[in-house]
Amino acid sequence: MLKAKNKTGLVFFPAFDWAIDPIHPEREERLLYTQDQVAEEGIFDIEGIIEFKPDIVTKDDIRRTHFCVPDEKTVTTESHLISAGGAVSIAKAVMEKKIETGFALVRPPGHHSMRITHGGRGFCHINMEAIMVEYIRSEYGIKRVAIVDTDCHHGDGTNNIFWHDPNVLFISMHQDGRTMYPGSGFPNELGGPNAIGTNLNIPLPPGTSAEGYLYLMENTVMPAIEDFKPDIIVNSAGQDNHYTDPLTNMNFSAQGYADLTTMLKPDIAVLEGGYSIEGALPYVNLGIILAMAGLDYSGVIEPDFNPEKLRQSQLITDKIKSTSEQINKSFQNREELREKAGKHGEIQQKTREIYYDTDNLYERQNEKIRVCRDCGGTLEINSKATPGQHILAIHIPHQACDECIEAGYDIFDKADTEKYDNIFLQDRPKDIYKIKEK
Amino acid sequence: MQNTFKLFNKFYFSKYYRKNSMIIGLDVGGTHTDVVLLSGKGFIKRVKVPTDPSDLFNTVLTGITELLINIAPEKIEKIILSTTLTTNAVIQQNVNPVGVIVSSGPGINPEFFGTDEHYYIVKGAIDHRGRETQKINEREIEDVAEKLKKAGIEYVAVVGKFSVRNPSHEILIKRILSKHFKKIFMGHNVSGNLNFPRRISTAHLNAAVYSMHKEFFTAVKESLDKKGITAPIQVLKADGGTMSLDASIEFPAQTVLSGPAASIVGAIPHAEENKDTLVLDIGGTTTDIAILVNKTPILEPVGIRRGIYKSLIRSLKTYSKGIGGDSFVKVQDGNLVIGPERRGSAMAFGGSDPTPTDAIVYLGIMDSGDKELAGRGIAQIADQLNISRDNAANQILKTTCKIIVDQSMKMVERINKKPVYTVHEFMEGYKIKPERILLLGGPAKYFAHQIKEISGIETRAVPLSSVANAIGAALARTTCEVSLIADTEQGIATIHEEDYAEPISKSYTEDDAMETAYTILKEKALSLGASEDELEEVEVIEFQEFNIVRNFSPKGKIFRMKIQIKPGLAHGYEKMKFETTGLNN
Repeated sequence: MLKAKNKTGLVFFPAFDWAIDPIHPEREERLLYTQDQVAEEGIFDIEGIIEFKPDIVTKDDIRRTHFCVPDEKTVTTESHLISAGGAVSIAKAVMEKKIETGFALVRPPGHHSMRITHGGRGFCHINMEAIMVEYIRSEYGIKRVAIVDTDCHHGDGTNNIFWHDPNVLFISMHQDGRTMYPGSGFPNELGGPNAIGTNLNIPLPPGTSAEGYLYLMENTVMPAIEDFKPDIIVNSAGQDNHYTDPLTNMNFSAQGYADLTTMLKPDIAVLEGGYSIEGALPYVNLGIILAMAGLDYSGVIEPDFNPEKLRQSQLITDKIKSTSEQINKSFQNREELREKAGKHGEIQQKTREIYYDTDNLYERQNEKIRVCRDCGGTLEINSKATPGQHILAIHIPHQACDECIEAGYDIFDKADTEKYDNIFLQDRPKDIYKIKEK
Repeated sequence: MQNTFKLFNKFYFSKYYRKNSMIIGLDVGGTHTDVVLLSGKGFIKRVKVPTDPSDLFNTVLTGITELLINIAPEKIEKIILSTTLTTNAVIQQNVNPVGVIVSSGPGINPEFFGTDEHYYIVKGAIDHRGRETQKINEREIEDVAEKLKKAGIEYVAVVGKFSVRNPSHEILIKRILSKHFKKIFMGHNVSGNLNFPRRISTAHLNAAVYSMHKEFFTAVKESLDKKGITAPIQVLKADGGTMSLDASIEFPAQTVLSGPAASIVGAIPHAEENKDTLVLDIGGTTTDIAILVNKTPILEPVGIRRGIYKSLIRSLKTYSKGIGGDSFVKVQDGNLVIGPERRGSAMAFGGSDPTPTDAIVYLGIMDSGDKELAGRGIAQIADQLNISRDNAANQILKTTCKIIVDQSMKMVERINKKPVYTVHEFMEGYKIKPERILLLGGPAKYFAHQIKEISGIETRAVPLSSVANAIGAALARTTCEVSLIADTEQGIATIHEEDYAEPISKSYTEDDAMETAYTILKEKALSLGASEDELEEVEVIEFQEFNIVRNFSPKGKIFRMKIQIKPGLAHGYEKMKFETTGLNN
């Protein structure tokens, strides 16, 4: 009789009737073979593995994380709401101690969606993990969260959402941005002036195998998590580092993913990308589920697995070591780097352009952050999408200090409705969202 | 010529024919066996005989013989038997030793699913789309065959992971083994459903009970023949449907736990169309809960599970709670606790401890039993709760009914919360909302009023509720299901559990899938003993269609279809009258 060592929850929402378009990689068929493998293995018959039905998130749940432009209904489909709801239902079950650990196998993915979302980029419209994290912070009083993104693409959406948040340690391991969408996520991207060092971006050379991933887990990711002491660990479990993935160039395997999961011990894992739907996903997902449940996964080996062919070169090994050392140094010096980053109360500005590849639109942002030594700092974003709306978004962070709360409302009150299509305010301490009336 | 006549006869005279012929339904229970005789017009007769678990053959024969006193045997159209033969054999571990050979490929270590020392894991693997990823080593199979033979094994189960996607390895292994063993069972034949561990346990169970089941039913048939009862014998399955005796010999495991299914089918004549109905079978020790949606019972999605035993055997969904008329009633920390313990019969019937039955006898709701003895039991509880006897009896009755109603609603909630895998089902999926409650079992009618009060749902005990199980067996139609997979990239449509495969083109459609699935379903149903008119009760359980996309270009389509002849009443018996018989219990 098989019995899970850790009581494990699963949400399985393959959205068998939803695709971005008929021949898009993010399609109905994507989790079909995974579901077959999981069903054939009899996973749900294992004592201590429980299947949950996903929830559906509401407009208010999304508004804790995103500024959807023009509104939530336009940016999302029902499938997005259920996918985020899947992550939420796992998180709830963990929080209510119905399970020790849980995995939301949901689609579509979300980790490329940023705080402001005018539409789809990198197959993502809203950010499942961020919505889930904000949900448990509001509903269960969780303070410190670590999110480890193991998708092959830089989790630039999640990175953007928590960029200024010192209470969320975001770590992304991904294929080097010079060779891969979205082209960001370098070691010097460490977070905003109030949160330097709680964003760690680890680019990996193409051809990295299990050896490289596990080296980084042991030498950079796990030590940072130990130091940060999160209340909860979330894994954005993308599976496109697999050696058979058609969109990437890595050499990771099902065994490697399972080993990584065993090391990380995530409380909550959420599926992200992964488009080798026959050669990788059935085995990788099975490996992750068994690893989370604390069950033997040594037999979960792809039919065409050949470790000799997947071995990484010495050059890659050396490169990874030096990246690891560089990031560790930044992380250890984070207090010092924050001190140097700006004076308390000053406003720092940045402009940037964001391309939404899925919906083919451009966004121009001007972002102002209030440097604050007491909280994450109030954030003001002036955003214009082409085609699309011109908006002003004000974010008052979770656990904001009084000065920042006041600063946020001051911006909102003074903002000229004539200049913008919409003016939004996100007040996280009060858990409210305001739209300024014209 | 003979065939033509048969068809002609059925086609033109079936209704007339049914009215003048009779069917026998027999359900073996734990303590007694119920046998009923029905005609197309209604209920004719019933008998109850004690069950002798050590001699079920005699039990069955005695029941039928007693029933047919003064009845001409040639009037019997068919006999449907629901027995505990397989169930008992499983519980008592009184089964054939079985050799089990599994090939698994990547995944969970198959050692975990080991049956006993005659369990062998061999090379060979098939993937999720039915492609061979590792070959069978024939030499290895020969070696295993030698070992099994040396151990005196006669029956073997051969099971491959994903064999329902491609059974060629199971077929090859069977071919190698066939000269050495009496009978070989292949995993892909037990069900079209995915679940390798359950496929192993189900194939094993079929092999384990095969000879016992075959001997039993052969003996029953011969004995009935001798008595001039030559009507076809059908056997009830756990899904509340019947199959022919011959078919049951090939798949004896499907007869396991047919008893609860018999009762549920027995409630169908009293359910209303287009309404959701809770069926509560209240016995002495347990209450079995089931649900009818528009007169059709809900099925388990994968197969029977009872405790740690999990299978691919098609079954009605039932939930069993340890509460009934004879549950032990006690006071614990100032609260009433009812069940799951049972210490014997009610005090009103000579037992030693108070039960809900004592409450209904004491309150005068039930007029049999010794009211004074019942009162003594109620007094014990009243004293401990420091309330009057009337109050105590009422509380026992209310609490019992409340537990039953709460458990029923929880079951409904669990089904409504069942995970779904499409946006459409998530948003529009059917939600069960019971509007009627039907009660079965001996004490059922005494609880009806209180259950109605507590649930706020119209409740009634079905007529003849104490033999609803045997009536259900008698009225059950033949059921079956088939699972079709068509893969236009690989150019093949298959229903592997029926060993069916055909080449298909890229232009294959949903209609083609339906046509093939229906044709094979029909053949299967007829071979199981279905009548032509039952073939209309077809329902699509599952349908999915996927584009296969590789490198941004469509490569073909995958169709998956599961259709069934759903459980329900046999044709010609839907409008039977029970109320006019003069018997109400």
